[in-house]
Amino acid sequence: MTETNGNSKNKLHGLWALTNRELKKWYKAPAVFVLTLIQPVIWLGLLGNALNLGSLVSPDSFTPPIITPPLNDFQMAQLGAYFQSLGNSILGNTFGTTSYISFMAVGMMAFTALFTTMFSGMSIVWDRRLGFLNKVLSTPVSRAVIILSKVFSAALRAMFQAGIILLIAIPLGFQVGLAFTPLNILGVFAFLFLICVGLSSLFIAVNIRSSRIETPMAVMNLLNLPLTFASSAFFPIERMPGWLQAVANVNPLSHTINGMRQLLINETIDYSLLALQYAYVGIFAAVLATIGIVLSWRYLNK
Amino acid sequence: MSEDIIKVEGLTKVFNHSLTAVDHISFSVKKGEIFGFLGPNGAGKTTTINMLITILKPTEGKATILGSDIANQSNEVRNSIGLVPQEYTADDDLTGYENILLCADLYGIPRSVSKKRAEELLQLVELTEFKDKKVQTYSGGMRRRLELAGGLINRPKVLFLDEPTLGLDVQTRAATWNYIKTLKKEFGMTLFMTTHYLEEADSLCDRIAIIDHGRIVVVGTPNELKDSLGGDIVTLSVEKEGDITGLIAGVAHVKEVKKENGSYTIKAESAEVAAPLIIETLRKASHVVTRLSLTKPTLNEVYLQYTGKSMRDAAEESGEAVMARRMMTMRRGH
Repeated sequence: MTETNGNSKNKLHGLWALTNRELKKWYKAPAVFVLTLIQPVIWLGLLGNALNLGSLVSPDSFTPPIITPPLNDFQMAQLGAYFQSLGNSILGNTFGTTSYISFMAVGMMAFTALFTTMFSGMSIVWDRRLGFLNKVLSTPVSRAVIILSKVFSAALRAMFQAGIILLIAIPLGFQVGLAFTPLNILGVFAFLFLICVGLSSLFIAVNIRSSRIETPMAVMNLLNLPLTFASSAFFPIERMPGWLQAVANVNPLSHTINGMRQLLINETIDYSLLALQYAYVGIFAAVLATIGIVLSWRYLNK
Repeated sequence: MSEDIIKVEGLTKVFNHSLTAVDHISFSVKKGEIFGFLGPNGAGKTTTINMLITILKPTEGKATILGSDIANQSNEVRNSIGLVPQEYTADDDLTGYENILLCADLYGIPRSVSKKRAEELLQLVELTEFKDKKVQTYSGGMRRRLELAGGLINRPKVLFLDEPTLGLDVQTRAATWNYIKTLKKEFGMTLFMTTHYLEEADSLCDRIAIIDHGRIVVVGTPNELKDSLGGDIVTLSVEKEGDITGLIAGVAHVKEVKKENGSYTIKAESAEVAAPLIIETLRKASHVVTRLSLTKPTLNEVYLQYTGKSMRDAAEESGEAVMARRMMTMRRGH
């Protein structure tokens, strides 16, 4: 049979073809592609500037106390400078950087990973509804490959978008930390890859049996906000109330974001903490990818 | 018996422990034939095809394709079959050519081979001119042809077609039948198809199984099935007055003769054989035939006989399912 149809015996055949199929739907549809480029601009440009916490501690943001004798101009300038340096130290201690937009840009990179991977759950439901899934299942492609192609394509898309966010953040005032080297960028993408593998496996596993498009929508709505706000995306965990800290500390997004902040914007890097953060996100990815593959064996053949 | 490509014994599928979609069906498909599953929506056709193409596990029973068991040797089965699904599964945003190459990749066919094959297949279904156009610009008939080409990329020994002309207009449907016939001749495959169009089953299939409520009610060639109803009808009138019932009844193949309103209604085994014999006999007895018509029973009558309801009624019952599917196709087309 092999000579007549020339089939390969490679267990992973079709992985690139199916991954590329997902990617082509994105980069070959110009409207979709442009929108994915504009979206991060809007997020960072709007949210980053709207939530500009740095401006709270500028000399213009307080009313000088009324005392007698009144402060002269020199004293006012001194007070302003003092307030500014006090503010910067609060920002630095809270966010690990005096530039809030840098703090938030890193959170946004993780946020985009969450959003992009959510759609992989939706795409498996579409494939089922449109009959494409059945078509693929009737071919000798490994069932695990079907899941992995969705996972990898979501990861590649999210990494690309996160890169765009980083590029856009630079003209908006993104400041790298003292510990930054260009090599750290690789570490950042490693974090993004791991979190995307974990999250998209999760969303696929949840939706693998569903043929209703409402299911992934409901799952997205349910998980979207808690995963975002019970994380360190917009605010440091240490300043949250205790119960929220507990939740945020379990959230793998927090560890991803904190790890990426160490690599990009913090003044120093705590390498043992970084190792722990990689381990946490890595284990999350490995466990969920395994669950996704096991479920694919079980439920793709009914 | 060694010629049986598909062998099915007692195949059963029960969903959720309660809904029996396919109920102990047995049949076999011979090498090189087009075997059709005829029945309304919800009769169990798609469930059967899904079991045979290894994407549904049977609850009970056994089936082999080219000797490989569908449950235990699914990879062997998958390598030797092709599928033309009911839906349009090609990606709108990709070109026809890219879609075919994607199919090839799913079988692990190296690009050096698949590029050539894709060109050949697109030529065969007359899409070469449109191969670099995005599928979203294709018409329904072109999409159907693209699905046909995609189903053949691995040179399957058995091709499964699930409702191959669903939703196509009459002309496109006939054109699609021609493509199917050409492809079958070209590649010498065995074809298994499902349909709820009687004309399609009649003109395309070598043998038909009528399936109703998950059971096969009868299997045979379209002609056998029609003959099983008791034969064709020949109606004729002659110039002269007088009763010639006895004369006609003596002709070979004639089963029954009735005179009604001056014309004769004759039931015969095979009208096209009986009619010339009748004319010959009457001429010898110097009777001139003035009018003659032949009526062959259609599959609709066969269907009615075996399931107790007409195919059209059955189709109406499940009209909702068809509507739902159309909605999906429409939504897909933006």
